[in-house]
Amino acid sequence: MAKANFEVPEITGVTEVPAVQPDTMAHLETFRAKPEFMEALGFPGEMPEDWKEKAIEAMGDLLKKYRSLQVFLDACVKCGACTDKCHYFLGTADPKNMPVARQDLLRKVYRRYFTLAGKFFPKLVGAVDLTEEVLHDWYNYYHQCSQCRRCSVFCPYGIDTAEISMAAREIMDRIGVGDKYSNEIIGKVFRIGNNLGLPEPALADTLEGLEEDVYDDTGVRVRYPLDEKGAEILLVTPSADFFAEPHVDGLMGYGKVFHELGVSWTLSSYASEAANFGMFIGSYENMRKVSLRIRKAALDLGVKRIVFGECGHAWRVAYAFLNTLAGPFDFLDPNYPVPQHICEFTWEAIQAGKLNLDPSANDDMVVTFHDSCNVARATRMGDKPGGQFEIPRNVIKAVCNNYVDMPHGTIKEATFCCGGGGGLLTDDLMELRVKGAKPRMDALKSVTEEYGVTHMAAICAICKSQFTKVIPYYGFDMDQIVSVHQLVSNAIILTGEGEGGEEEEESAEDAA
Amino acid sequence: MSFLTVLVAALFYLAAVIFVTGVVYRIWLYAKVPAPLRIATTPAPVTKGGVVLRMFREVAFFESLFKSNKLLWILAALFHYGLALVLFRHLRYFLDPVPMVVELAQPFGKYAAFAMILGLLGLWARRFVIDRVRYITSPSDHLMLGLLVLIGLSGALTTFVAHTDIVALKDFARGLLTFDLKPLPGDPLLVIHLTLVAVLMIVFPYSKLLHGVGVFFSPTRNMVDNPREQRHLAPWARKLEEEKS
Repeated sequence: MAKANFEVPEITGVTEVPAVQPDTMAHLETFRAKPEFMEALGFPGEMPEDWKEKAIEAMGDLLKKYRSLQVFLDACVKCGACTDKCHYFLGTADPKNMPVARQDLLRKVYRRYFTLAGKFFPKLVGAVDLTEEVLHDWYNYYHQCSQCRRCSVFCPYGIDTAEISMAAREIMDRIGVGDKYSNEIIGKVFRIGNNLGLPEPALADTLEGLEEDVYDDTGVRVRYPLDEKGAEILLVTPSADFFAEPHVDGLMGYGKVFHELGVSWTLSSYASEAANFGMFIGSYENMRKVSLRIRKAALDLGVKRIVFGECGHAWRVAYAFLNTLAGPFDFLDPNYPVPQHICEFTWEAIQAGKLNLDPSANDDMVVTFHDSCNVARATRMGDKPGGQFEIPRNVIKAVCNNYVDMPHGTIKEATFCCGGGGGLLTDDLMELRVKGAKPRMDALKSVTEEYGVTHMAAICAICKSQFTKVIPYYGFDMDQIVSVHQLVSNAIILTGEGEGGEEEEESAEDAA
Repeated sequence: MSFLTVLVAALFYLAAVIFVTGVVYRIWLYAKVPAPLRIATTPAPVTKGGVVLRMFREVAFFESLFKSNKLLWILAALFHYGLALVLFRHLRYFLDPVPMVVELAQPFGKYAAFAMILGLLGLWARRFVIDRVRYITSPSDHLMLGLLVLIGLSGALTTFVAHTDIVALKDFARGLLTFDLKPLPGDPLLVIHLTLVAVLMIVFPYSKLLHGVGVFFSPTRNMVDNPREQRHLAPWARKLEEEKS
């Protein structure tokens, strides 16, 4: 079991709602971004003298731009329906991690400066002046929200704390108070093209290595092309897929699916990142800038379709925002949705009988599926509402003989966040990440004990990175986390596999 | 015309003006602010008809609340359905002749007052008993509940205990509507009831009571899930596009 300098919650299989314990997480403050990184995103490097006025001005500006913010700040009746829904509250017992209390940190300032009641009777309605103390709370607690939207499912008015925390982060950025993790990553995307700062030669190397690995494994030359003009499909995938485990096994799987279908595809070094951290900091401009890289890559490479790899928030920006931010995509093949998810792509291929699959290749596992929060509650796959739950499960069941779901109330629209989403996947927030994973760990433990589950599959780079790091704290093993397309990769029997290499090289060339 | 009649009438006219302008202003404000990105909480309907249904389930049955917390849902339903019946019953004081449906609702509307009060007391108790709810409660939350309980109690008392002159009251109410003032019966309970209702109307547009309006504008509930098919550019976002391209 991994060592921690904080108390790791005990998992029982059932998540109990804890009694409120104020300020248990008040000490946790993520590192701030240095001035150069703030300025690179168009924000001030330092806090200005008149930061209070600037912050209120920024709030006023956002209230005029986003109906969500205006309505959500007004509509809450403090009914408490959300209070036991946040994984961070369930794992930390800190009341400021209850969605309504997290919103109230911003709402009480909104009331003071923007509502009649708050101007004249602040005490009565809980309105307060903006002070350094309030700002400190904003910084700490808006960086303890993974923007997973679980609260928004249960709110009778659909109030989404993610929208509030995005607005709060945008306000703070505009007064020079930004977090290091997200802002530096966005800077890297602008300079290099991906979150990890992998330049083109490193990507090319990695992909070549993958081709070798797959060849050694199967005797078939499966290609992992980079920057190939005229390819039919542009694959945009989280950069963690290029080297992290188990992400890279998923990337191998995507390549095998494309190979079997005989479609040409390519990655782009310019748009070598599916994730878009502009969303985490609530910055429309930065989110748009990152999105436009994908448009440019698609145009430059002359592709006909865009497919996204396994990534949660990335799929939200791709599915729900890309067309608006960087469209219209009228230069792509109109017969396919823009963009498509790799699971939609693979599921279609499976249904059409185009893949030769041997599910017994995964017989050493009993698999369960972790619905990634933003895929579950902010996107869709396929034509029907809920396709985002069915399609990944269908793919898994087509390649695995042993599948079970985790308990009702912890999956699908009620899924628990992994604990590392929303720009919190940084080591300085490890205490939060471990505690926030508790509800998911409880659910995993329950199916482990009841059904002998051995592995948990995910379709999000953050989920995979977070779980591999965090589950050892709970006595699980990091190898228990798998990519969905890793399972596909295991089960797929490539054409000509086991027959010797020669003719495979030909078909691989045809495919390209 | 007694001073009391004039005072209560004046208060009601003031309350009505504040209520209507306040609510209209809020609706205008919400309608005016753009909603730049598709943020429906999914799974969400893919057609407009589907969204209307979703909103109907939300407003009529509190669907999300039901998913969240059954006890809270029961208390909220007792209060809101009770209030709805009570309000419907009150139409008999404004309409002449009284329509058949209002007649039929009369016995239910009378006893609905108890459901309403019971629901309110339950909701209030939660604010003391459950530590999480206690934490998020501010003084105004108690005041709102107090106000509503008093309105319910004073109303129920005039119906069931200290009857007032209903015929005279109806004359007063219709007088208000036709700007032809008629004397108000001077029963203290009735005057308290009417005054509190006027206060509620005044507070409504500036308080959390506005949630009744807000829910219709909630983007996570009222958006069609169609972002791959359609672009949804807000005017300010379109400007961004024109600047840079």
